[in-house]
Amino acid sequence: MSIIKFENVHFTYPGDQMESLCGVDLEIQAGSFVAVLGHNGSGKSTLAKHMNGILVPNEGRVLVKDIDSADESRLIELRRKVGMVFQNPDNQIVANVVEDDVAFAPENLGIEPKEIRRRVDEALKLVGMYELRRHAPHLLSGGQKQRVAIAGVIAMEPEIIVLDEPTAMLDPLGREEVISTVTRLCRDKGMTVVLITHHMDECVGADRLIVMSNGNIAADGKPAEVFADMELMEREGLTVPETTRLLYDLKQRGMDVPLTALDVDSCAREIVRQLRG
Amino acid sequence: MLKDITLGQFFPGDTIAHRLDPRTKLLMVTLYIVALFQAKGWVSYGILTVVTLSCMRVSHISLKNIFKGLKPMIFIISLTALLNIFYTDGTPIVPGWIITWEGIARAIQMVLRIVLLITGTFLLTYTTSPIALTDGLEILLGPLKKLKLPIHEMTIMMSMALRFIPTLIEETDKIMSAQKARGADFETGSLMDRARALLPVLVPLFVSAFRRADELAIAMESRCYHGGEGRTRMKQLTMAGRDYIALLFGMLLLAGMIYLKRLGI
Amino acid sequence: MAEIIVQKLRHIYSAGTPFEVAAIEDIDLVIPQGQLVAVIGHTGSGKSTFIQHLNALLSPSSGKVSCGGKDINESKISRRDVKSQVGLVFQYPEYQLFEETVYKDIAFGPKNMKLSEEEIDQRVREAAGFTGVDEELLDKSPLELSGGQKRRVAIAGVIAMRPGVLILDEPTAGLDPAGCRQIMENICTYREKTGATVIIVSHNMDDVARIAERIIVFSHGRIVMDGTAREVFSRAEELVEIGLDVPHATELALALKKQGLPLPEGIYTHEQLLSSLLELKGVASC
Repeated sequence: MSIIKFENVHFTYPGDQMESLCGVDLEIQAGSFVAVLGHNGSGKSTLAKHMNGILVPNEGRVLVKDIDSADESRLIELRRKVGMVFQNPDNQIVANVVEDDVAFAPENLGIEPKEIRRRVDEALKLVGMYELRRHAPHLLSGGQKQRVAIAGVIAMEPEIIVLDEPTAMLDPLGREEVISTVTRLCRDKGMTVVLITHHMDECVGADRLIVMSNGNIAADGKPAEVFADMELMEREGLTVPETTRLLYDLKQRGMDVPLTALDVDSCAREIVRQLRG
Repeated sequence: MLKDITLGQFFPGDTIAHRLDPRTKLLMVTLYIVALFQAKGWVSYGILTVVTLSCMRVSHISLKNIFKGLKPMIFIISLTALLNIFYTDGTPIVPGWIITWEGIARAIQMVLRIVLLITGTFLLTYTTSPIALTDGLEILLGPLKKLKLPIHEMTIMMSMALRFIPTLIEETDKIMSAQKARGADFETGSLMDRARALLPVLVPLFVSAFRRADELAIAMESRCYHGGEGRTRMKQLTMAGRDYIALLFGMLLLAGMIYLKRLGI
Repeated sequence: MAEIIVQKLRHIYSAGTPFEVAAIEDIDLVIPQGQLVAVIGHTGSGKSTFIQHLNALLSPSSGKVSCGGKDINESKISRRDVKSQVGLVFQYPEYQLFEETVYKDIAFGPKNMKLSEEEIDQRVREAAGFTGVDEELLDKSPLELSGGQKRRVAIAGVIAMRPGVLILDEPTAGLDPAGCRQIMENICTYREKTGATVIIVSHNMDDVARIAERIIVFSHGRIVMDGTAREVFSRAEELVEIGLDVPHATELALALKKQGLPLPEGIYTHEQLLSSLLELKGVASC
């Protein structure tokens, strides 16, 4: 069942000559983990901002379930369904105590105080920040801040969570914290996750990988299949995982290995099998 | 270093003063200030001083903390004292001198008034977290919303400012280091030179503050923020027995001061 | 010559308070002129504190840092002079751009050095050239540029001081792969052309493995490893233990070894891994 639907979406930023989205058609299935990869200016962030009505199409439309993102009267309803996490963790935390920040969205929705407390505690436990609930956000690490931001979104109990380059400003440890948290949300809680990124390693665990280029979808499929198209990835100025790259080079030199063994262990298995004949 | 500045100056604790509802504390400070301005004679000042000292005792705030806070005010306090000493008519302490007994008495009373005033407000901010304070303020000023005053907006701005002060201080530190690495000099030169030297810090700071504000607004809207209407709060403020007793105490203090004022002591 | 010698360097934050912590301790090392050094370590390992000592932005709690044979903390003047000898590019340096034009911003450092107008002009153009900032961008406002361009302008602002030692704190953080590649190339060009020492702090182990002649690993305020890429990455398990990544090629080589392939120690680039595997294949097919 599709939960987000783009129908021929065109979008140009005011004052720009070039279109940032040039007729995007896209359906995202409920409960799936979709990664969107692309270089700067490829339109991947613009795509994300259309999912909760921060931007609305100049032409075409975006549907989240039955809500048209251009329908202003249903904007709150839309944003409650689609939670957004942004790049800079500092610029999305509003309160100076962790739990107060997580409570911000449910408070805006006018939810009962007791219910807010339940949601806040649950959300903080889900992202593993419950112990630090009384801390001041500015004393946390980047990864921790970003997990607080995710909790702040989960407390709305959205069906979809869209993350717009959530790891761009984090160190490897923080990146790992964020990616494993969102993967868990998708796998255990059945949330639909859309992850915008330019780190190819973060896409490896996704169900589906979309590559954006010049406002269009350049590739769309299972991560292993998309990465296997090395020519396309190179053309897009993107790197591919070391596993795919190695398999590709080995194949070029006459070894019969599949390009789709994406994770390290299965890649190693394939190579060993080949070498042992 | 800028990082050493403590703003908001809240000392977490678990005394009865910390547990009081912020609204109670705000009202009590108001009553206290009004009472302070009723004081005319030594008896009134004596009572107020004792009350203030016992409040400090109850909230576990030491004299040292208060003095630290008073330091920046020393200039104003001394000026007040001097003006009062020299410009009050009365009996000179030595015939022919400009200093009068009345002047000295008045100077002491004025200094006492300022010190007590500041101490009272310190007791409030030292025992109340900034968030609780803005929450209390919003509810207390709530009735003014009927007059179309933007109370919610004002209080959310206050708490947002408190949230971003540490972030901006950290950023200022970073920008200063970066410019120092390019040879900027903030410490030497004339006043004019130094003011000009701040430009490479202030410009990036403003640019970044605007960017932050922009991103923050989008993030808030994405979390369904649409003004104060229909908003609820996770942390409900509740008045307990101790709050009513404290308020009663505050009102008694004010009534007592008004009575003493009529007696002129 | 701008050889850097660090002796028994120690830095304590909040000295004399209950929050006193030693950020770095027992740092002893020599960095010869012209070396390309990578400094790695997780956040809070002390590496940022360390690099800020190399141009006297921080002064040691104890110990000594000297550059070109002179103690850099000797006097106010030496502390000032070292800023142009040891150029430091902070993380996200684009946030420090402040002038109306790109040209003026790059000129800020040389101007603070009180150079002549012609000298400044020459240096601005030279630095812009090193970092691939086009001539036509020089008259634009820095605010109009893209993220990658801003980053390169900011780096040019430090290069324009012609530092004999260039230190960069995560120069590629937050950039897309194309942007990363370009910045790394610019830095390597600068080093080749000028013979400068380059010290890069990075989390990107593939970059580190590809370019660094020497890798210094920080953990808990101390140097725990110091050697060539081969030496450091052959201790991959230890790196993982202190919470650091290893190059992707090393990770894959480890997995292959676990499956029983007789690969040599110390593989850290794609090319090495590929040629070792092809060698094995050659042996197998014989």
